[in-house]
Amino acid sequence: MKKNLVPLVLLAVLAAFPLVVADNYYRHLMILFLMWVVIGSAWNLIAGYTGQVSFGDAAFFGSGAYAAGLLSHHLQISAWWGLALGGFVAVAVGLPFGWICFRMRGAYFALATLALNEVMRHSAAIAEGFTGGMVGILIMPTFVSKVPYYYVALGLAVASMASIRWIVHAKPGYYFVSIREDQDAAESLGINTHFYKMLSLAIAAFWTGVAGSLYMNYMGFIDPDVVFSLHDISIMAILVGIVGGVGTVYGPMVGAFVMVTVQELFRSGFFGLFAFLGRATGSPTVEAVAKTITGAHVLGFGILVVVVILVLPNGIVGDWPKIRNAFFRNKTAA
Amino acid sequence: MDVFLQTLVAGVLKGGLYALIGIGMTLIMGVMGIINLAHGQLMMVAMYITYVLHLAGVDPYISLFVAMPALFLLGSLIQRYLLNPLLKVDTILPENQVLMTVGIGMVLTEVIRFFFKSDYKSVTTGYSNATFFLGNISFSMALTISFFIAIAFTVAMYFFLIKTDIGRSIRATAQDKDAAVLMGVNTGRITIITFGLGSALVAAAGSLLAPVFYVFPDIGGPFTARAFIITILGGLGSTVGAIFGGVTLGLAESFGATYISMDYENIIGMTIFVLVLLFLPGGFKRLTKV
Amino acid sequence: MAFFRADELVKYFGGLAAVNGVSFQVEKGEILGLIGPNGSGKTTTFNMISGYHRPTSGRVIFKGQEIHRMPTHKICRLGIGRTFQVVKPLGRMSVLDNVIAAAYSRVNSHAEAQDLALETIRFCGMTPVKDQLAKSLPIAGRKRLEIARAMATKPELLLLDETAAGLNPTELTEAIDLIKKIRDNGTTIVIIEHIMHVIMTISDRIHAINFGQTIAEGTPQEVAQNKAVIEAYLGTEYA
Repeated sequence: MKKNLVPLVLLAVLAAFPLVVADNYYRHLMILFLMWVVIGSAWNLIAGYTGQVSFGDAAFFGSGAYAAGLLSHHLQISAWWGLALGGFVAVAVGLPFGWICFRMRGAYFALATLALNEVMRHSAAIAEGFTGGMVGILIMPTFVSKVPYYYVALGLAVASMASIRWIVHAKPGYYFVSIREDQDAAESLGINTHFYKMLSLAIAAFWTGVAGSLYMNYMGFIDPDVVFSLHDISIMAILVGIVGGVGTVYGPMVGAFVMVTVQELFRSGFFGLFAFLGRATGSPTVEAVAKTITGAHVLGFGILVVVVILVLPNGIVGDWPKIRNAFFRNKTAA
Repeated sequence: MDVFLQTLVAGVLKGGLYALIGIGMTLIMGVMGIINLAHGQLMMVAMYITYVLHLAGVDPYISLFVAMPALFLLGSLIQRYLLNPLLKVDTILPENQVLMTVGIGMVLTEVIRFFFKSDYKSVTTGYSNATFFLGNISFSMALTISFFIAIAFTVAMYFFLIKTDIGRSIRATAQDKDAAVLMGVNTGRITIITFGLGSALVAAAGSLLAPVFYVFPDIGGPFTARAFIITILGGLGSTVGAIFGGVTLGLAESFGATYISMDYENIIGMTIFVLVLLFLPGGFKRLTKV
Repeated sequence: MAFFRADELVKYFGGLAAVNGVSFQVEKGEILGLIGPNGSGKTTTFNMISGYHRPTSGRVIFKGQEIHRMPTHKICRLGIGRTFQVVKPLGRMSVLDNVIAAAYSRVNSHAEAQDLALETIRFCGMTPVKDQLAKSLPIAGRKRLEIARAMATKPELLLLDETAAGLNPTELTEAIDLIKKIRDNGTTIVIIEHIMHVIMTISDRIHAINFGQTIAEGTPQEVAQNKAVIEAYLGTEYA
């Protein structure tokens, strides 16, 4: 079972994490990381494995989040039921979504998913009676401590990755990749490509919706621009998938870790390093730089996107040989 | 009846400007198959150039002649250093190029925000609010002038593509890149020029739009969306299609705002987009064979 | 009742009739050759039979069932397999995975699929390359992979579309041997081919078309001497 050794060790480390680290700041980051593992794995299934690059996963995330939020808001039912329901609501959204978008291929498919994402976002903003519009939904978080949320997130991350790993090694996995490689050839081999594309999307929508419900429960507040966000959710999901390595089971995990870290790095000015240096050295220049970096974190993010695509198009896992050669070349040359 | 005509006029005038935005994109998409999600952001940069020059006392219609070359240069550089390299890389997902333009759009927006902050700026000129009347219908002076300039550019673009050598090379590259290479077309250079051209056209739209719209960093997004809708409506690579698409969208937004509600403006566009993708792939071009 | 019958197939693309009245029958166990100049409508006919195009008019009847309105994957499961003229390897999958994907049309577990795939690979002589990525195969390998994949779906009728194009003489002989082996194993074959040597030697009967219409049918010898066929290929002076 050597294949499972590393993941199991990792799981043990992750399980022990909140018991060892009490700082809520880091616990929060880890919860975000786990949430993105779920979203990234889901995107990786539909895009990396089945080759249908969706630019609109926020539609599913937001659906799940609103499912949980509205249960609480309108029916006074605990938002935790949203975890169970959110996934299915997202699938319900995903089916017509897929029916419309799968009529197109390649970049047109991508554009259609983007358009539908935006339709969901604007619809949620307009339907004030139902969703509260731009005011959003506010609920009382169930737990004060972050620890329960952490373990729920961990459970979801493990469940999503395990289910996807199981799927890709079985018949659906072969069918998904066949569709990605050549849809017409796949059809000729008896693969009902329409069905399997929808299946892939449904699974992806499910997990993304569940992640959305988690978000509602954890953060306590959502509005259309947050949970249906093109840049913060849909594009981020793509980045997590691409940076980690598309079409690999563990890629999304690597991607989620890198992206959450980098995002926070910029947002906090290298975790406060520059601010610290500014104070320590008393130099106004360093302080100014610190402030600049913090203020320009979205810019840094954008630059990261550009650089990653240029340099690591197949992601860290996919381009690992390239990375290895770049950093370790000197040793082997000797 | 007056309300109807007024709405119609407003829609058509806006449509002319939209057409100008759309042409740039339809060229880029039709010729290079590149989906440019930074199109609106390029326009935004042009608007800021216009704003800065306006602070120095230059009229927007003059800044047009600065913004266009500036964006041509910017577009060319983007294509040369950020997009062309992607064409050679073999990745599992071909949509890398789309994602790259997203990144570029983000960088452009944030760089501008860094220097100018997020405040809404305005470029107000003597004619910004001027209107003239034909009967009971008011025509916005600025939009009317823009309309005609936009049409002029569109026509010029049409003849450029049909009559000049570079234009023909562009069309050749659009139809079959490999064949074009075999005919001696330097397709690498052509893609750079085309992206530059597309950027210059949308820059013109930006300068023309500045007097009648607020200028702020996030204005790019909605306009990129509009550019897509127009491109898909009109058909890839079709200049005439861009006019049709632009006017159609302008009318749809105008009527939607008047008769339904201002809120629905964005959804109308997106819904049209999806409907066209579904039912009329190929856009107007397919109907008229232009 | 014939094993397979194509009845007055017509296909219009816009205003152009790619196929304009093609009919033929295939008996179980035979090899029917389909010949004709480039653009005569052969691949379009295959596309209609396998469900990629719906005929503008006409019918396709296989084992008593009308299949011309069925989706491609269903036709495959009914027992018609095909190869593509322009090969379509599932590039980033290994040869074995390509064939496993095909085998899953007949079995459901990974173990069974792998067994069926390995058996098919052995039958087609591809065992030495089974772990190579499909996109790394040279053209002969890719063409053979097309066949292996189609065979893993256990077809009763196999449509071969120019599987010999681009092969050198040695590869050609191997291809012919494989096709004969497939027929001897019980699969009925319809084969499109330009290389006369190939099609004349292995076909039991030949059906010739030009401009989307049948121009001749019969044994290879009869068709080779048919005036219309010679005219189609070589021009009127030779007829």
